Amino acid sequence: MGIVKTAKLIYDYIRYDENEKEETFRAIDGVDLEVEPGQFIAVLGHNGSGKSTLAKHLNALLVPSEGTVWLDNMDTRDDSHIWDIRQEAGMVFQNPDNQIVASVVEEDVGFGPENLGVETPEIWKRVAKSLEGVGMTAYRKHSPNKLSGGQKQRVAIAGVVAMQPKCIILDEPTAMLDPNGRKEVLKVVHELNREEKVTVILITHYMEEVTDADYVYVMDHGKVVMKGTPREIFSQVETLKAYRLDVPQVTLLAHELKESGVDVPDGVLTTGELVDALCRLN
Amino acid sequence: MSIELRNVTYKYSTGTAYEMVALDNISLQIPDGQFIGIIGHTGSGKSTLIQHFNGLIRPTSGQVLFDGEDIWGEKYDRRHLRSQVGLVFQYPEHQLFETDVLTDVCFGPKNLGCSEEECKERALEALHQVGLKEKYYHMSPFDLSGGQKRRVAIAGVLAMNPKMLVLDEPTAGLDPKGRDDILDKVKELHETRGISIAIVSHSMEDMAKYVERIIVMNHGHMPFDGTPREVFSHYLELEKIGLAAPQITYIMHALAEHGLAVNTEATTVSEAKESILKALGR
Amino acid sequence: MLKDITIGQYYPADSAIHKLDPRVKIITTVIYIVSLFVTNDWIGYLAAFLFLAACIKVSKVPLSFILKGMKSIAFLLGITVVFNLIFTPGEEVLVTFWKITITEKGLEMAVRMAIRLSFLIVGTSLMTLTTTPNQLTNALERLMKPLSFMLPVHEIAMMMSIALRFIPILMEETDKIMKAQMARGADFETGNIIVRIKNMVPLLVPLFISAFRRANDLAMAMEARCYHGGAGRTQMKPLSYRGNDWVAYGVMWGYLAVCIVLRIVF
Repeated sequence: MGIVKTAKLIYDYIRYDENEKEETFRAIDGVDLEVEPGQFIAVLGHNGSGKSTLAKHLNALLVPSEGTVWLDNMDTRDDSHIWDIRQEAGMVFQNPDNQIVASVVEEDVGFGPENLGVETPEIWKRVAKSLEGVGMTAYRKHSPNKLSGGQKQRVAIAGVVAMQPKCIILDEPTAMLDPNGRKEVLKVVHELNREEKVTVILITHYMEEVTDADYVYVMDHGKVVMKGTPREIFSQVETLKAYRLDVPQVTLLAHELKESGVDVPDGVLTTGELVDALCRLN
Repeated sequence: MSIELRNVTYKYSTGTAYEMVALDNISLQIPDGQFIGIIGHTGSGKSTLIQHFNGLIRPTSGQVLFDGEDIWGEKYDRRHLRSQVGLVFQYPEHQLFETDVLTDVCFGPKNLGCSEEECKERALEALHQVGLKEKYYHMSPFDLSGGQKRRVAIAGVLAMNPKMLVLDEPTAGLDPKGRDDILDKVKELHETRGISIAIVSHSMEDMAKYVERIIVMNHGHMPFDGTPREVFSHYLELEKIGLAAPQITYIMHALAEHGLAVNTEATTVSEAKESILKALGR
Repeated sequence: MLKDITIGQYYPADSAIHKLDPRVKIITTVIYIVSLFVTNDWIGYLAAFLFLAACIKVSKVPLSFILKGMKSIAFLLGITVVFNLIFTPGEEVLVTFWKITITEKGLEMAVRMAIRLSFLIVGTSLMTLTTTPNQLTNALERLMKPLSFMLPVHEIAMMMSIALRFIPILMEETDKIMKAQMARGADFETGNIIVRIKNMVPLLVPLFISAFRRANDLAMAMEARCYHGGAGRTQMKPLSYRGNDWVAYGVMWGYLAVCIVLRIVF
């Protein structure tokens, strides 16, 4: 079994209206997901598609209304494993300010290991290594308030890495960043995946960020509506548009050229691919 | 001409060790009816720049003129100016506060001393123009989605009947469809109301698609100011300051280098398609 | 505008004072404050001044930075001084104009008050300038440990350190909300007190909503990082006294002794 697996996962939000009548809203509707160790998985979807709710299931911040979620063979509904699950599946959230606890970078990175009861010398080792890994060693004594958005997110990632997770779930980590911040964060995440073999589940609505993923899930109305390699997904430009998503300009251009009868391949992901294809025609 | 900045310099924390020049001797004019984009990375001075337009920030030196009058003149009514130059900040959450959408949009006109009837009239018109469905008018603004909140925030400023609308990153955090919807609405406002628009954005692709003039900010300077075509022709210099031209620009330049006779000035997908089809002789 | 408040903001530097155990700094600050009120003679103030000056010198925090922080409370200080100046009754009248009399005693009181208060403020801000909020709360947690049978000491300390982390963020946010509402014609500057309070609603509502959202997010982020209260928790920077800390305690007791001696002798 994979490191993360969900079977027929359903989640209903319960709200109470003005007359205190119970209303349910189905945020996740029968999701099956399987992630192998070391994979880089992307979950795409527009705002409100259920992707963040899904993320919160993967480390037991939420438990399913129906169906099951396993993390490394542990059922998230089993209370006795809750801290093991959260240690193994680290989570990075959207707003960089609202997840940094301490007023000094290194102390924030140490927060997770402290909670796990790691011995002091070991905490220092882990903090040093994690900060090194995200390239923030130079800022270890700084206040998080003085950092850019991208740097804050890297600190948040280091805070998760210091807990030595097997898997990191990033819930729209770049939504509040500028393009440079976005690049910084993605670079760090890819390095972690490549070098430390950490399984990554990236949740986003930026299409450019998923081109390097091993596998992509697209969500809409709580359901997985598309899945496949980035190339398979990106070759379906019209379907993506129907799900309120778009494709990178290069993919769109290739698609439109193809519509006009030019012989270019489906699902072009990079500028180079398109240029090569067009030059061969010329 | 509508807004003019003459040799505007702005320094933060003057007279301390933390003194920082946010704007360095900026001069520019924005005539009535223009649709401009302001681009630059975080900390480039673009937010400081737009806050000079409506007198929220007083320049350390230099002049800001609106319709030829110095807005920091002795008897100048800056509250009136703020109704003429409507500024919508990045996060709608920073301005929404009333119990329902309609009342919230009335806040601006009410501050201008309009009668209750007129407030309502203006609010309804503004809400209609930003394309918010009527069923939301009596809902709490906090129960709306991100895109809807953004519309209410824009309507809240629009209801003051400004001659110019300045939007600070109106698409931040929205999904692709939400982003296109907002930008289309803004373009429509530009056309139907005939007001000038300034948009702060990180997305070169959006700029290429919508605006007629781009102002590039970098470290308090204004290295480029011109049509998207002119600005993107400097794509190599843009990269040096941490920005980039739209993907299309790169594709077109790469194709030209490989001997395909395409127009390297194309900046949008449709322009690129035309040019490539022509070059391939179809 | 709000960003200019630097009082108590941690100033990173590599000094002997920065490296002291935060407990030493808290206790010394308390003793220092006591000494200010024990002292009632000019020579005592001189001792307090010298002690403070020496600490500032060793701390490597620039004097200008400390004084800049003072600016934000200069008004408060001014009021206290003026009150002392005009409301202290006394025999020797120095000046009389309109209904105000300034007595020699009043002048003396005012000067004493000014000295005490400014020393007190500089002294306490030196502590917060050289100690990170986390170290401070850590130290308070340790110092209050004997009370944990009646107080949730760990939780209080955690709440304090989180509050300290979010104050600058909320300040900045207040600034942004104010500007966003001013752009819609809001007026925060004119009108009588009732009008002004009413005008604060458009500022306070978004601020509170944002603060609650942040609290919610943070609680979830902490849970995701396995936070479950103080039980079973280790510390990255556990407090333990080292050589310098004992030296500092020595210096502190020495200073207190000098103060007491001065008080008895003069």
